Amino acid sequence: MGETQSSATFRVWRGDATGGGFCDYRTAVAPGMVVLDAIHQIQAEQANDLAVRWNCKAGKCGSCSAEVAGKPRLMCMTRLSELALEAPVTVEPMRAFPLVKDLVTDVSWNFRAKRTITPFTPRRPDAPDGTWRMQQADVDRVQEFRKCIECFLCQDVCHVLREHHLEEQFIGPRHFVYTAALEMHPLDVADRVPALKRSNGIGFCNITKCCTKVCPESITITDNAIIPLKERVVDEFYDPVGRLVKLFSRRQRP
Amino acid sequence: MADVETIAHDVLVIGAGGAGLRAAIAAAGRGVSVGMVCKSLLGKAHTVMAEGGIAAALGNVDDRDSWKVHFADTMRGGQYLNNWRMAELHAKEAPDRVRELEAWGALFDRTRDGRILQRNFGGHKYPRLAHVGDRTGLEMIRTLQDHGIHAGIDVHMECTVITLLKDGDRVAGALVYDRERGRFHVFRAKAVVLATGGIGRAYRITSNSWEYTGDGHALAYRAGAVLQDMEFVQFHPTGMVWPPSVRGILVTEGVRGEGGVLKNRDGRRFMFDDVPENYRNQTATDPDEGWRYTQGDKSARRPPELLTRDHVARCIVREVREGRGSPHGGVYLDIAWIRERLPNAADHIRKKLPSMYHQFKQLADIDITREPMEVGPTTHYIMGGIRVDGDSQMSTVPGLFAAGECAAGLHGANRLGGNSLSDLLVFGKRAGDHAADFASQHGAVTVDPCAVDAAARWALEPFARTDGEGPFAIQHALQETMQDLVGIVRREEEMQRALVALGALQARAARVAVDGNREYNPGWHTALDLHNLLTVAEAITRSAIDRRESRGGHFRDDHPAKDPAAGGYNTVVRRGPDGAMQLAREAIPPVPAELRAVLTEMG
Repeated sequence: MGETQSSATFRVWRGDATGGGFCDYRTAVAPGMVVLDAIHQIQAEQANDLAVRWNCKAGKCGSCSAEVAGKPRLMCMTRLSELALEAPVTVEPMRAFPLVKDLVTDVSWNFRAKRTITPFTPRRPDAPDGTWRMQQADVDRVQEFRKCIECFLCQDVCHVLREHHLEEQFIGPRHFVYTAALEMHPLDVADRVPALKRSNGIGFCNITKCCTKVCPESITITDNAIIPLKERVVDEFYDPVGRLVKLFSRRQRP
Repeated sequence: MADVETIAHDVLVIGAGGAGLRAAIAAAGRGVSVGMVCKSLLGKAHTVMAEGGIAAALGNVDDRDSWKVHFADTMRGGQYLNNWRMAELHAKEAPDRVRELEAWGALFDRTRDGRILQRNFGGHKYPRLAHVGDRTGLEMIRTLQDHGIHAGIDVHMECTVITLLKDGDRVAGALVYDRERGRFHVFRAKAVVLATGGIGRAYRITSNSWEYTGDGHALAYRAGAVLQDMEFVQFHPTGMVWPPSVRGILVTEGVRGEGGVLKNRDGRRFMFDDVPENYRNQTATDPDEGWRYTQGDKSARRPPELLTRDHVARCIVREVREGRGSPHGGVYLDIAWIRERLPNAADHIRKKLPSMYHQFKQLADIDITREPMEVGPTTHYIMGGIRVDGDSQMSTVPGLFAAGECAAGLHGANRLGGNSLSDLLVFGKRAGDHAADFASQHGAVTVDPCAVDAAARWALEPFARTDGEGPFAIQHALQETMQDLVGIVRREEEMQRALVALGALQARAARVAVDGNREYNPGWHTALDLHNLLTVAEAITRSAIDRRESRGGHFRDDHPAKDPAAGGYNTVVRRGPDGAMQLAREAIPPVPAELRAVLTEMG
C-alpha cells in the first residue's frame, strides 16, 4: 500500500505549446493524500510556477482534469493509495486539448461548442401562476445528465476528438449529454435532432464507451445519452414508415 | 502603458458565480453592453459547491410559510444586525427568483403533486430549501451559465482584477491580468458589479478554494468603499476532518436536515445540552420529536442539530476542547442511524445525499449509510463585506455595485444555510438591473493612464526581486495566524497579537519574489492575491477586536455575553486619507413599523 510510504516521485509534464518534457519531483506522502495534494506540495515547495487548474478539491467543479498514470482522472479524487508508488507516477495534461502550460490545457473549444446547441425552450406554464408540474420520476432521468461537472475527461478520451480532432464537425460526449438533458427535459419543446445528425456529428461516435468509463460522476454517457439520441436520429431520418407519417402530419411546435 | 489593450463595456461584472452570472444576465436584459471577468473557468465558481438548497418561501411543502416568516427567521439568525431592507426584499423576491430558474431549465426535486420540493434547514422555521439532492449549487450555476451564454454577455475567463480604476469619485473600470498569458487588459466601464465571493483562504481550515482571497472586499476598500460587519465570519459546523488532505471540505447541513444527528465520543447527542433562549420554543425537547420534524410532522419542532451554524460550531468546539471529541479532533455526524426508523435507509441516504456518499466513500473510505462521519468546523462564509444600499446594491462609491458574499447586510451576524443561494439570485439581479440603469443614466468615463501604469508596475515588481521570499510561505503564515488567533473563539490579547503578526506579514509580502514568467504562473498569482488577503485579514481582526461582545459568528471568550447596546450598530472600516484602516460604528437605522410588526407577529 502506498500510504505506508513516506515519499514518492511524481513525473510531471512541464512545458508549453512550444515544447517541454517530464520532470521528476520527490515529495512527502501522508495518509489520505490525493494527487492534487502532491502537486500542490510540489508547487509550494519546489516549483512555484507549476501551472495547475483546480478549484473545489472535492470532485464537484471538474477543474483539475489530467492524465494520471496514463488514465484521465480528476486529480482531487485520485488517492495515492490507489496508485503504485514504487515507480514514478506520471501526471500529464489532457492530451485532446491544446496545451497552455504544464498541466493546464485550453478547453475553451468546449464552451464555444456548447453555445451552438439550441438552448432550453420550455412549453407554456402548466399553472396560471406561471409554474409547471413535473413528477420526480420524470426529472430523475434528466438529473443523471445534469450531474455533469464539465471536467471534459469524456472529451479528452474520445478518439474522434483526441486522435481525429474533428472539433468542427463533432460536439463530443459532454455535449451529447447536454443535448440529451435538453431533449429529455420534461418541459423542453425544441427539436435538436436534425442538428445532432448534421452539425453535431453524432454519427462519428461508434459507441466504444471510453467516455462512460472515465466519467467521474458515473454518468452512463453512451447507454443513457448517446444511444437514445442516435435512435432519435434514426427515427427521424432513416425510418421509411416514419418519414411517410411525417409527410402527412406536422411535428407539434410550441 | 502602450501594450495594454482596452475593452469598453457599459457594465463590467467581476466574478461569475451565482451573483455575477445573475447580475450579468439582468444587465444584459436591459440592453446595455456587459462584460464579465472570472478568475476561473465559467461554471467553476464556488456556487457549484453549494449543496443544501435555495431558501425561498414558496410554501410548497408547508403552506404556513410566507415571506414574513422567512424575513423573521433571517433577522433572528442574523441577531438583528441585518440590513432589514435587504432581509425584506430577499424574503419577498426569492420565490420569483427560484421559479425563474425553473423557467430557465433547472430541475429541482419534486413534491408528490409535481411542484418544487423543499427541505428543512438550520434556522428556517418551515421546510424552505428548494434543492436537487445535495448538488443544488451545481444545478443553479449550470442553469445560469447555460442561460447566460445566450444572453449576449462578453465573458473573459481566467482573468483576475489587479485594481479598480476611477474617474474622479466614480468607478471607471478595472485593470485585469489574464492567467494564460499574463497580459494586462483595461476594462473601461460606466458601472462595475463586484461579485467575487468570500475570504476563506485567509484561514487554514476552509471549505473555500484558492480563489477566495477577498478580492472584491479589498478592491472596493482600496477604491474608497466602506466595508461593514467584517468581524462576522461563519465557521460551518460540519467540515470533513479526516484524512488531513480533505480537512475543511464541506459536509452539507442537508445531512442534518435529513435526520443526521451529532454525537460526541460517548454517543451523547450533545446539542440537546445547550439550546439558546431565543430558540427554545422552536426546538424539539427529545430525539423522537426531532426525528418527526425531519420527516415532515408539522406538529413537531426542529432538532437542536438544526440550530444556527454559529451555535452548532461552538458546541462542537466545546465538546472537542473538553475531551469528548472523535479520534481526529471532531465529533460524529451520524445519518446511518436512520435505518432504525426507515426501511431502505441506505437507498434513501444515497438518493438524498449522493455527493456526500460519494465524497466520503472516495476520499475517506467511509460508507455513510453504515458508519458515522467525523466532522468539525471549517471557515465557510463571511457575512461582512462591502456596504451597499439595500435596494440598488450600490456601494459608497458611485457606479460600484456589489452582490452575493462580497456584499454585506442581508445576513447580519450569522447567515442561515440556504440564504446564500437566494441572496445571489435576488441581489445579483438587483445589482445587475441598477448597474445597467446607472450606466444608461451617466456619461462616459475616462481611465487615467498613470493609474494603469502604476498598478501594472506594482503587479510586476515580484518578478524583479531577486532576494525576496516566495509567496506560499507567507500565505501559509497568514492562514495560521488567522486560524489560531482570530478563529471561532476569540480573545482580545490574541487578536492584538494577530494585528502585530499581520503587520509583519505585510512587510514580508511587500518583498515577495516570484520565479518563472508571466504565463499561467500560480506563484505570481498567489503573490498578488496576498495583498487582498492581508487587507481582509486586517479588517476582520480590527472589527473583531472592537466588538466586545458575543453575537452570531463572532464569539469572544473574554466577553461571552451579548451586549444589547452592541446590537444597535454595524462595525465599518474604510481607508483613511493616510492609507491606514479606520474603524467606526454606524448606528443601524430603526426598523420601520410595518416590519417591526412582522417581527412581533412571528415571535
